[in-house]
Amino acid sequence: MKKNKYFAGIIKDPGSTLKYKTYVWRDGLKPSWIKKNCTNCLTCFINCPDQAIKVDKDGNMAGHNLDYCKGCGICAQVCPAKPKAIVMKKE
Amino acid sequence: MTMKRVALTGNEAMALAMRQAKPDVFIGYPITPASDILSAIAKYVANGEMEAEFMTPESEHSVASALFGASSAGARSFTCTASQGLALMHEVLHIISGARLPIVISSSSRSLSSPINVHGDHADFMDMRDASFIQIFSENSQDSYDNFLQGVKIAESVRLPAIISSDGFITSHNLEPVEVLKDDEAYDFVGEFKPAYSILDIQNPITINPLSLPDSFMEIKKSQSDAMAFAKKEIIKTAKEYQKLSGREYGFFRPYKLKDAEIAIVVMGSTAETAQSVIDELRKKDVKAGILALRVFRPFPYLKIAEALKNCKAICIMDRSDGFSGHGGPLFVETSAALYDLKNKPKIISRIYGLGGREINEEMIKSVFEDIKKLSENKKVERYGYVGLKI
Amino acid sequence: MDLHKLAKIEPKFVSGHRLCSGCGAGIVVNQAMLAAGLENIVVINATGCLEVTTTIYPQTAWNVPWIHCALENAASTAAGVETAYKALKKKGRLPGQKGDLSLSATPRDDPGGVKFIVFAGDGGTYDIGLQALSGMLERGHNVLYICYNNEAYMNTGYQRSGATPLHAETTTRPWGRDTHGNPTRRKNLTKIVEAHKVPFVAQAATAFHLDFMQKVKLGLATEGPAFIDVLSTCRLGWGHPSNMAYELSRLAVETCYWPIYEIRNGRFRLNYRPKNPKPLEDFLRYQKRFEHLLLPENKDDLEELKREVSQEWEELIKREDCDRVCLRASKTNHHA
Repeated sequence: MKKNKYFAGIIKDPGSTLKYKTYVWRDGLKPSWIKKNCTNCLTCFINCPDQAIKVDKDGNMAGHNLDYCKGCGICAQVCPAKPKAIVMKKE
Repeated sequence: MTMKRVALTGNEAMALAMRQAKPDVFIGYPITPASDILSAIAKYVANGEMEAEFMTPESEHSVASALFGASSAGARSFTCTASQGLALMHEVLHIISGARLPIVISSSSRSLSSPINVHGDHADFMDMRDASFIQIFSENSQDSYDNFLQGVKIAESVRLPAIISSDGFITSHNLEPVEVLKDDEAYDFVGEFKPAYSILDIQNPITINPLSLPDSFMEIKKSQSDAMAFAKKEIIKTAKEYQKLSGREYGFFRPYKLKDAEIAIVVMGSTAETAQSVIDELRKKDVKAGILALRVFRPFPYLKIAEALKNCKAICIMDRSDGFSGHGGPLFVETSAALYDLKNKPKIISRIYGLGGREINEEMIKSVFEDIKKLSENKKVERYGYVGLKI
Repeated sequence: MDLHKLAKIEPKFVSGHRLCSGCGAGIVVNQAMLAAGLENIVVINATGCLEVTTTIYPQTAWNVPWIHCALENAASTAAGVETAYKALKKKGRLPGQKGDLSLSATPRDDPGGVKFIVFAGDGGTYDIGLQALSGMLERGHNVLYICYNNEAYMNTGYQRSGATPLHAETTTRPWGRDTHGNPTRRKNLTKIVEAHKVPFVAQAATAFHLDFMQKVKLGLATEGPAFIDVLSTCRLGWGHPSNMAYELSRLAVETCYWPIYEIRNGRFRLNYRPKNPKPLEDFLRYQKRFEHLLLPENKDDLEELKREVSQEWEELIKREDCDRVCLRASKTNHHA
């Protein structure tokens, strides 16, 4: 019996939600990274529910992935740098 | 092939078939009258006669959930249950069949509460008829053994779960002679389990049982429906293969003097054997009576049933559970749908018998045939009634 | 626990899921999956927010094998998967194993082995899932069970659960003319799990991410069942601004509302003991579900909640202090 693509409703495409860009959920505000204030502590990275904080090949802070950022503002709130390295700005 | 002949109860026969099918995992919870199977398997595992992980969760709901998990990991998984236990599994039965996992349940059909009754009837078997399981019913211990082995093969090729049941206590605890295959013969017949997918395949991660919105749910269900239709072919194919090995013939049902029958009963389980002597007696009196002893309830072989019954004048469909539809037992409802397209439809009545382990004997079956005879002569007969009541 | 190193590993859980913006559960899963490092993980998920938002057919946010059964049986489903893993490993029939029986060793000796993580909400754990959890713990399955606890059945519309605190507003126990929100105190599930004598039990909070991630790592390394109850904020259910997940998680611990501790092989350890605990109002004031409690006419209800929080906290510090005294005493006796 041939198996069709709907067999048992299994999803065989891991990580396929990457096709759904959740930036459309932002409601007027987006995060802005001020590199010179950043201490590369990754507190924003570890508190982002959407993994919208990018890291480079050495695991260092590299800004936001604005394709998926939902604009919640947690990163700006948690940033321990003084002055802050992330602020929320109008889109 | 040399067949060994041993004395086994229905439960023992299924436990033996289970051992020979070499499951990877056996997960069970005790319930009368299926508990013997559980303890037989426990003994096999304890003595190294069966190489399987044996797990006894804290309820049947967890049994079914664990089976779902184990089978999705690619393990051949079995259990045994009945009645309230099977009912408690209910939610998960649908999840299992939706995920197309070929779990096989061995059962000894028992009534459903309330009031609580531990004896045999078909309520639990019928209660799960929408759960998309292959449902096969055995008449005796030999059937129990043969049907279980075939059931595993059918379930794994069609990729739907199966339940192999028989009358609780009447068959499950009845010692009868059974011809059994050698261990390697039985296992070679069933073959190695080749799962369609595995949750343990780390290199190819899959998501099992996701959220399906209205835009995809129906297609997934249609593919399940197609599998149930395909099962009809597989059931016959498997029966033919098994016949080569055992010499015994199996099909969707077992007809007894049905070919030229004018009046007949449709019945499932051990009662079919009891009725045979009634048929023989009636035949001596030149009454053309016959039996259609149903073996496969799901998928319901409607075409073959209609074909077998088309020349009958009147039929009684006997149900060992009520179903409380208000107009006939579950088998009655299914059979009448099967007969609907016939040009010359036989007259039909529904009789409920043997509930909660109540005896069904030759006297009672004779009275049923008297009713069918009256029906065939266009006399007025109760359409839906009980047989063997004290009141 | 080098975040920079862990951040380089291919993520096990990716973006694009439909969790609310600022959702605590997303933070829980990210931290847990990061802590898992290079381990082979299989996730068993109970029905709930996490399950429905991350696996909408035909898309999945999971880059690891993931299975869901129903709401109340994540623990028993995990037990079944783990049992099948043991069975197939013994027979050399795991995918890719190709009959190699040298992998039949115990989990600790098997570096390529698979670890099982259950993600279930407080709904699927404290209440309907308690039976399955208890059975799994009692039988000693090798599973890490992470309960992401947002203190109500959030996915179905914020109904109260066994984890809902006194006087919180939920849709099944609302504040009204005759009622004062949830009438019952939180069930202490951690104590119940501890009573099963499992090797590792803990309470955690995502604001203390190093502690939580260390606990996940420890839980994965544990042979036998491990359980972590991690507080997970819910902006819609708790009624707080979208950027407050971290702050509320931290305040929950600083006010002693949600103590973080662990019990490793019977040894209790309070992971964070604030020198000057903050007043409970600091935690309550940002949440709509507690707004009634901050009104002057409901002072008694606020006191009742404060009493419950301090009772639980007093018990824990008494336990820690007692353990310290006993340890010191046993050392002195040894010298004598």
